[in-house]
Amino acid sequence: MNINRQDKHSLSRRNFLKALGLGTAAASVPAIVSCASGDADAAKSDEPPIGKMTYRVNPKTGEKVSLLGYGMMRLPTIGAKMSAREAGDAEIDQDMVNRQVDYAIEHGVNYFDTSPAYCKGRSEHCTGIALSRHKREEYFIATKLSNFNPETWSHEAGVEMFQNSLKELQVDYVDYLLLHAIGGGEDAMAEYRARYEDNGLLDYLLEQREKGVIRNLGFSYHGDIAVFDYLLANHDKYKWDFVQIELNYLDWKLANEINDSNTDAEYLYGELVKRDIPAVIMEPLLGGRLAKLPDPLANKLLSRDPQSSVASWAFRYAGTFPKVLTVLSGMTFMEHLKENLCTYSPLKPLTQDEMAFLEGVAAELVSYNTIPCNDCKYCMPCPYGIDIPAIFVHYNKCLSEGNAPRERQSPEYYKERRAFLVGYDRSVPKLRQADHCIGCGQCVPHCPQRIRIPQELERISRYVDALKQGKDATVEADPDFNKKK
Amino acid sequence: MLRKIRVTLAALCFTLITLLLLDFTGTLQHWLGWLAKIQFLPALLALNAVVVIALVVLTLLFGRIYCSVICPLGVMQDVISWAHGRRKKNRFTYSPAKTILRLVMLAIMVVAIVAGLGSLMALLAPYSSYGRIVNNLLQPLYIWCNNGLAAIAAHYESYAFYGRDVWLKSLPTFGIAVATFVIIAVLAWRHGRTYCNTICPVGTVLGYLAKFSWFKVRFDADKCKACGLCTRNCKASCIDYKTHTVDYTRCVACGNCLDKCKFDSLHYGPARKAKTAAPADEPSPEPRADSARRAVMVGGAIVAAEAALAQAGKKVDGGLAVIEDKAVVKRATPITPPGSLSARNMARHCTACQLCVAQCPNDVLRPSGNLLTLMQPTMSYERGYCRPECHRCSEVCPTGAITPITLDEKVSTQIGHAVWVKENCVVLTDGVSCGNCARHCPSGAIMMVPSDPNDDLSPMVPAVDRARCIGCGACENLCPARPFTAIYVEGHEVHKTI
Repeated sequence: MNINRQDKHSLSRRNFLKALGLGTAAASVPAIVSCASGDADAAKSDEPPIGKMTYRVNPKTGEKVSLLGYGMMRLPTIGAKMSAREAGDAEIDQDMVNRQVDYAIEHGVNYFDTSPAYCKGRSEHCTGIALSRHKREEYFIATKLSNFNPETWSHEAGVEMFQNSLKELQVDYVDYLLLHAIGGGEDAMAEYRARYEDNGLLDYLLEQREKGVIRNLGFSYHGDIAVFDYLLANHDKYKWDFVQIELNYLDWKLANEINDSNTDAEYLYGELVKRDIPAVIMEPLLGGRLAKLPDPLANKLLSRDPQSSVASWAFRYAGTFPKVLTVLSGMTFMEHLKENLCTYSPLKPLTQDEMAFLEGVAAELVSYNTIPCNDCKYCMPCPYGIDIPAIFVHYNKCLSEGNAPRERQSPEYYKERRAFLVGYDRSVPKLRQADHCIGCGQCVPHCPQRIRIPQELERISRYVDALKQGKDATVEADPDFNKKK
Repeated sequence: MLRKIRVTLAALCFTLITLLLLDFTGTLQHWLGWLAKIQFLPALLALNAVVVIALVVLTLLFGRIYCSVICPLGVMQDVISWAHGRRKKNRFTYSPAKTILRLVMLAIMVVAIVAGLGSLMALLAPYSSYGRIVNNLLQPLYIWCNNGLAAIAAHYESYAFYGRDVWLKSLPTFGIAVATFVIIAVLAWRHGRTYCNTICPVGTVLGYLAKFSWFKVRFDADKCKACGLCTRNCKASCIDYKTHTVDYTRCVACGNCLDKCKFDSLHYGPARKAKTAAPADEPSPEPRADSARRAVMVGGAIVAAEAALAQAGKKVDGGLAVIEDKAVVKRATPITPPGSLSARNMARHCTACQLCVAQCPNDVLRPSGNLLTLMQPTMSYERGYCRPECHRCSEVCPTGAITPITLDEKVSTQIGHAVWVKENCVVLTDGVSCGNCARHCPSGAIMMVPSDPNDDLSPMVPAVDRARCIGCGACENLCPARPFTAIYVEGHEVHKTI
């Protein structure tokens, strides 16, 4: 469970990487549904049309940005059957990246979002290779200053990271630059100041914007609302050109149902609209959760429109807001790309009625008590070897599929119990399971969803233990958890 | 006819008991557990009078049916011998009994049982030898097949099969199992039932009982044409056609000779006249697996995996920390499973058939490497701990080494106690808060207390209330300190109820 002793020390010396956040949204939607384009004459087909992409205008530059933005966080890998994010060390399939980027550009996508942290630090390089094969004016690059590690909080390290991004991306200017994941960390305000203000890095970035090396400056936000409010309160000073927020039909009004400290997207978007700041949307699918709904809910969406995939509803939802500049999707597979292109070529905005319908679905989704983990893996690696997201994903999957038994009297108890326990051992190696979590809390500041990871793992551990003993299993947390620590 | 019945029953018994020894899911024992319990030596050690008397009566009535049908090691030899017999017919010859060797072996066994020399006893026990062969040589293949099915099942989202780890639980035991198999297989290939009639103490005891059995293979000298087919097909080498005698101590009543005799001069039935076998002796027949008895204490290879985690400078997403294997704790007193009552009871009763080891779902039980208790089960918690919902080992044990224990009794039986090792505790070495041992202690025996008694705010470390600890090993298994655990269980020689 432990990592090698030296590494452990180097970890604690680093005293943790504080703020983190989500940069890009992710779509992991295997379903392919025919392209229900607005064009009534168009034959139904999987192939997205060319030249139909919906664009939004950047009010400052007047440039037209495609409503679909390509998130470069989950690049395809060779042979791993999953993205470079899930597959860890698997080699990124550069040929596939090139093909998909070409295809996206051909179909009107012009916004590509990456970060020095993505794909274990390899995303920018691969993005640079793929995009440099196109004319510079055909695409906008968004990247971030991902100085999460306190060792990179110095002015020099920040500048070096930015310069390195230019080099990796093979460009001499960046279209969109973000302060990455503002609002994270145990003391989010202090961390923000340490990362960008006290070291003069923000001034440097503003200067680069003056010079035209950065064409648009913004920030991505997760977590503590105080930092968001502070940055917007200083809008006159900084003139944010855009802000990246999490928005989907669950986060719109129910963000704090997921977690007390989350802020509703309704508020975030409203604040941006007030100041006429365009919004870039991440997590339109909430880490894929809105593409894989529990069966009864998926059924609801499909019966309302059998032609549209479950995921497409979420994309249409995010795209319907007029001040949204672009909606990011981390498309690993060509079919994700095609499906999303269909959804936005052109966008068929949701009606009032449909919006309300989705918000109803969101309310039901919340009642499933799933853990709001997006499998973003920012918490990883756990120094004690726990596979945190895999545990949460398995738990959520069982909850959604009805394989999380409670009472022994239930006729399905033993069947569900077997599914839960056998599936648990399959998804997570024994030594990486929840009972090995020591509750050190090192992961907590990294979670953009602000999940109280140790408490949740403890809860799952208790649940599993009760199941193993064949007892009634409750899913409640242990109120004395902190006392026992 | 007699032979056909014998072959059918033996095949059935042999298949079922092999399945019992292979099974790791805990389901077959409910149906087949009795097959282990009717084995002679385990029943004797368990003081199971009903079974022992039944077997004695069976032998007094019909001869060594036990050896031909019930004992899996005997049937295994028949299978090997039969395979050879298909290629080379009529290959046996009569040989005189090696009485002295048999009696010496029997005497060693008796001394081992009386003196409680568990490892010696285990080495000579026939059923247990078979158990070890299956457990060490066949079960890994069985589990690998199962794991293949589990992978297929996982692909189809079916939960019908689940995977199990295959690991070398004890090198000496593995070596002994291999050596036993090779020696017995070679003997059986060449000479049929040599092992049963020279080494096996159960064979000797039942042999001398069989001498007085009611039903026997008997010669009708008048009809015999002295063709010698009976002798040449007697895998026990106990028929001397020249003198028309059968050594009943060695005859396992297989009936092969009856089928072979063309002149109807051999019959299986009650006595008409008495005959005595010609005794003879000869020096040592074959060496036992002495080389394999090396008491090498290899507790499981400690692979100190190198972690390549540090991504200096930049925090990037994802990745899994490398988990080092836990080192096997060297315990002053070995831990024996709940139900075994005491180390002494275990040593005196266990014949090391490995049935409990094969069944343990948490990979806690493994064969001991200690010379005195070699191959008998001992507990260690690197891979799992003795969970409260499980008492499978006590259910399957045929010898009374692990007596039946209910789950309620189990969780109040103290088999050892936890010991905290300050130098290894991550609270002090890594400066993190932990308490995983206390959180998972099923009996609430571990409390978190300030590491500095004078400072309530100092880091909290575990303290063990020995009176409440049952020694289940949850703390040891779940302790994050690796490879050397910061809390481990020290065994108790005698179990007690708390």
